[in-house]
Amino acid sequence: MDFNLNEEQQMLSDTIQRLVRNTYGFEQREAFYRSDTGDSPEFWRQLSELGITSVPIAQAYDGFGGSGVESMVVMKELGRGLCLESYLHSQIYGAGLVQQLGSPDQCQRILPAVAAGDCRLAVADEEAGSHYHVDRIECRATPCERGWRLNGRKRVVIGGERARYLLVTAHIDGTEGVSLFILDPKSEGVSRIGYPCADGPQACDLLLEDIYVEADDLLGHPGGALSALHYQRGRAMAAQCAEALGSMEEAFRLTLDYLKTRQQFGSPISGFQVLQHRMADMRGELELATSMTILAACVADDPGSGERSRKLTAAKFITARASQMIAEQAIQLHGGIGMTWEYALAHHAKRLVMLTHQFGDDDFHLGGYSALLDVPGRANHN
Amino acid sequence: MDIHFTPEEQAFRDEVRAFLTSELPADIASRVRLGRRLTKDDHLHWQRILNRRGWYAVNWPEAYGGTGWTVVQKHIFEEECAAFGAPRIISFGVNMVAPVIIRFGSEAQKSWYLPRILSGEDWWCQGYSEPGAGSDLAGLKTRAERDGDHYVVNGQKTWTTLGQHANRIFCLVRTDTSARKQEGISFLLIDMDSPGITVRPIITLDGEHEVNEVFFDNVRVPVGNLVGEENRGWTCAKYLLTHERTGQAGIGLSKAALAHLKDIAARERNGGGMLVDDPLFRARIAEVEMRLMAVEMSTLRILAATRDGGVPGAESSLLKIQGSEIRQAISDLTRKALGPNALPFLEEELNPGFDDFPLYRNYSAAPASQYFNLRKLSIYGGSNEIQKNIIAKRLLEL
Ligand SMILES: Cc1cc2nc3c(=O)[nH]c(=O)nc-3n(C[C@H](O)[C@H](O)[C@H](O)COP(=O)(O)OP(=O)(O)OC[C@H]3O[C@@H](n4cnc5c(N)ncnc54)[C@H](O)[C@@H]3O)c2cc1C
Repeated sequence: MDFNLNEEQQMLSDTIQRLVRNTYGFEQREAFYRSDTGDSPEFWRQLSELGITSVPIAQAYDGFGGSGVESMVVMKELGRGLCLESYLHSQIYGAGLVQQLGSPDQCQRILPAVAAGDCRLAVADEEAGSHYHVDRIECRATPCERGWRLNGRKRVVIGGERARYLLVTAHIDGTEGVSLFILDPKSEGVSRIGYPCADGPQACDLLLEDIYVEADDLLGHPGGALSALHYQRGRAMAAQCAEALGSMEEAFRLTLDYLKTRQQFGSPISGFQVLQHRMADMRGELELATSMTILAACVADDPGSGERSRKLTAAKFITARASQMIAEQAIQLHGGIGMTWEYALAHHAKRLVMLTHQFGDDDFHLGGYSALLDVPGRANHN
Repeated sequence: MDIHFTPEEQAFRDEVRAFLTSELPADIASRVRLGRRLTKDDHLHWQRILNRRGWYAVNWPEAYGGTGWTVVQKHIFEEECAAFGAPRIISFGVNMVAPVIIRFGSEAQKSWYLPRILSGEDWWCQGYSEPGAGSDLAGLKTRAERDGDHYVVNGQKTWTTLGQHANRIFCLVRTDTSARKQEGISFLLIDMDSPGITVRPIITLDGEHEVNEVFFDNVRVPVGNLVGEENRGWTCAKYLLTHERTGQAGIGLSKAALAHLKDIAARERNGGGMLVDDPLFRARIAEVEMRLMAVEMSTLRILAATRDGGVPGAESSLLKIQGSEIRQAISDLTRKALGPNALPFLEEELNPGFDDFPLYRNYSAAPASQYFNLRKLSIYGGSNEIQKNIIAKRLLEL
């Protein structure tokens, strides 16, 4: 076992850390949030120039071919900076799905452009009633001449308004399983309703009424996308743990600094033992989240197995719990200041809590892990 | 011992229900239920309806226009108002400064201010906290210096809730800098229209304009606006705080929020079935419901043990902690119930005047914002850490 980054990974970490620090100050972030695009096209351009957009993408498609560890390194810094770009949903989740399911032609058409940062992806897999279950959807695809017609409504497609391609899940009439389609959002009749999420990034609802997609816009074979969706959600969860970790570290740091400077009753409030213990508890949660983020990064690219699923589920569960605890306590220990829009801490708290609303919250993963629980002599429930 | 409501109390509940059914405006109730923002007029409108019925100043003695209700009646009233979606009563005037004026004020102050509170002419805000004086309230620095018939006030207050609506502010100010911290403080009533006052908004993490900074630059306040004696303001402050904390148990609000949570859980799908049928989520609701039952009983028990409604400090601290934690727990589950549907931040759907079609459901825009907003419950009115210090010192005598 080796828990250290290698030299190349350390360089990647330094590079992105520097970039985020220089371009993503809190005031700049606020300006990006309020801008038309809701993020920073310039920052994205820099990510692409430095080759960071290509990190998770296979070398065969002009990517860097990074592993879960490289994704972790990148996401942690994007989390620390509260970045608004949908790197995770596009470069890790979206590109992962194309890579796993797509034909060589489809991959060639899409992935090099994604790696270069010229084209972003967004995954439309949640619906109003799906509640994190990617298989329990209502969107339908009906075969038609030379293609399919899509009908349904997708919710909270993160990065959906800026995406060049949307990856849309649907049931094909008459087949079992879930299918995945490449949809050009500029296709006739597609409508997107955009909004910011509570923690800042842009998302949209996607309304599909008899939308035509071509036959070769199906990724993989009909009804064959589910295992790829589960697998790639696992990779995305691992990356999201890292994003949360970066944000937790920053929230923790800001809180610790604040306790040392805030004076009440004639001395810094860091002198109160109850606050010291609270910080010690937060530090404990941070430690567990760090460990599970590393574990998740290291198994994210393993072949699918019960063991991999258990580890990724556990990582998401532990990180979600830690995120909420640290978010709530960081605000509490700040007092009123912690609740103000003007102060980065409040936005970390929002990011940390709202991240648990993607890819399943702690309860979802508690249920998931229970089903996978390994009890000698008994079959598990999955 | 008998924990059942008497026939008289039952009859009172029916009377309150009948009143709410006929008098509470439906549009306001719907905004309250769905967690949308209320306007100043919404509050004033409801206040006037209550006042017409003589049910606005529930905590005042009858002689001043109060109800003379028992603790149980107040509890029933609060519970029913919350259940029907009545706006919460903004306490600063009717439940904070008024009890102080009644207890410590002059006859002139009583006859001038109390009717104006009842009628809604005056909207009060609370000027206690300062940038440097939060938990350590007695560390406040805003100065009031005597100049003839006036005090001249200089300094800054902060976190002033709904100060943007207020025409009056009650302030703790320092009138003697040489005395021990608590001893040089006075309780002053100030007209917000006075020259030298500036109000600046503070936007909270949910995008809400609920609190403000208030700056005082040579503000002249007539000496007649002093409540009680000069340098004895701390007594008023403490008296008021126990009133504030008792109100904060918020059992009625928690019960209404729990009902709303169940309603959402019964309407949100969880893949195939409804979320409320998911055994784990159901158990989470069950847990808060049982706990709320215990907090409600404790509130009634503790309140019943006191005659005049002024709750002894340490017990009100217990109630404040339990009451705030349960409300936060319910808001946590309500946010979670929405799953990914909690993510969109649709401010326009929260604003008054929105009666368009919501993007998803009429209840879905508020829960995430509300969860973040309610972090305040464990911070204000004396943070929960401070309440525990009080319990340790006063109740446990440690
Ligand atoms: C939404 C909102 C509305 C408000 N409305 C009003 C209003 O209308 N009028 C008004 O006057 N004020 C108002 N307040 C202010 C509120 O009363 C203060 O925020 C509160 O007293 C805490 O002070 P602080 O924010 O300065 O935190 P601090 O006092 O700096 O506390 C920071 C942290 O240190 C802890 N701490 C401090 N001292 C101790 C100790 N001795 N032992 C252990 N822990 C300690 C606190 O619990 C907290 O966790 C409001 C606050 C909020 C958030």
